[in-house]
Amino acid sequence: MALCVGVLLRPSDAAAHLVTTGMGPVYDGIGHLLLTPEDLVPVLALALFAGLRGAAQGRRAMFLLPLIWLAGGLIGLRVTAAPAFPVPAFSFLILGGLVAADLRLPANGVAVLAVVLGLVHGVLNGAALRQGAGGLGLLGIMAALFVLVALASAFVVSLERPWARIAVRVAGSWVAASGLLLLGWSLR
Amino acid sequence: MSFSRKRAHSFAVPLLVGLALAAMPHPAIAHVEQGQAAGFLTGLRHPWSGLDHVLAMIAVGLWGAQLGNPALWLLPVTFPMMMSLGAVMGLIGMGLPGVEVGIALSSLLLGGMVMGEVRPKLAVAVLLVGFFAIFHGHAHGTELPRGQSGLLYSMGFVIATGCLHGMGIGIGLVHRWPAGRLALRGAGAFIAGMGLFFLARALT
Repeated sequence: MALCVGVLLRPSDAAAHLVTTGMGPVYDGIGHLLLTPEDLVPVLALALFAGLRGAAQGRRAMFLLPLIWLAGGLIGLRVTAAPAFPVPAFSFLILGGLVAADLRLPANGVAVLAVVLGLVHGVLNGAALRQGAGGLGLLGIMAALFVLVALASAFVVSLERPWARIAVRVAGSWVAASGLLLLGWSLR
Repeated sequence: MSFSRKRAHSFAVPLLVGLALAAMPHPAIAHVEQGQAAGFLTGLRHPWSGLDHVLAMIAVGLWGAQLGNPALWLLPVTFPMMMSLGAVMGLIGMGLPGVEVGIALSSLLLGGMVMGEVRPKLAVAVLLVGFFAIFHGHAHGTELPRGQSGLLYSMGFVIATGCLHGMGIGIGLVHRWPAGRLALRGAGAFIAGMGLFFLARALT
């Protein structure tokens, strides 16, 4: 958590990428999440991981992630610069790796991941939405997060056949591999 | 391991078929793809840019299908991960000697594994696949031009690689039938033969 905050304090130019749906700021927020792979894929990876850990962890992520993301977003609305740290690459790498490894973390491991992911990406989203949908956009993102995590984690929980869980782990490895490649891209 | 006459004969047919196919004239398809890393579709296309890459990735799937669980999914997980590591090395300018030779050897050895239905320990298989994946990744990494969306390119690239493995696994499912096993070994012989061809080109 402290490392996270330290990273966030290191500024660079904010590169906002706004989505305008024409249906108002809430839908702009929903569109922002759905059309931004840097946020969408780590969210899905977290949901998959939570689902692999069971229904209770899935429920925890479903409620925790949107709330923390909102808190991060409200902080981000007041931030004028974004970190130079390649956040999406590390989100992909860590969360994808956890899914691929099907790692058994301590009981509150998923909750910690949800807090870190929500805080970091929430701040970045907030900074991106400063000049666009603003706070209402964050509400849209919250709603989309809740639905996405609920559906994805419930889907994984419902899988019974061993090969289906393996397919989820393979998807996680693809996410991790993409993150590694993206990290190299950012270091270039 | 001693080879009986019967075992040598079982090797000979797929080997001859494979060599016959490999001896057919093919255009030299070196993977020199120049273009813009502009997005998901570009990344999706890139692993298909060289026959040497395609054959090696399919060979991984074929071998995984032959070996069965857990290699069936572990090998196609290992390859993209290590390939990405190799790509990072290429992207940051870290040198790797003999990249083209390594790529050629990957087709030769992985094809040979499929041809011979070689069943090493899981760790050995994973290490072998991971080792060669680094060469493939490094080659891709050094030739990636600067583009606009590294993320979408990366995702397309990895997905295409995974799909090639999936193709290999799908083809490899014929392993459950005796005729399919022979066909699979023939495919391995073909890939190994092509690996020899790529190796000859890399060394000249």
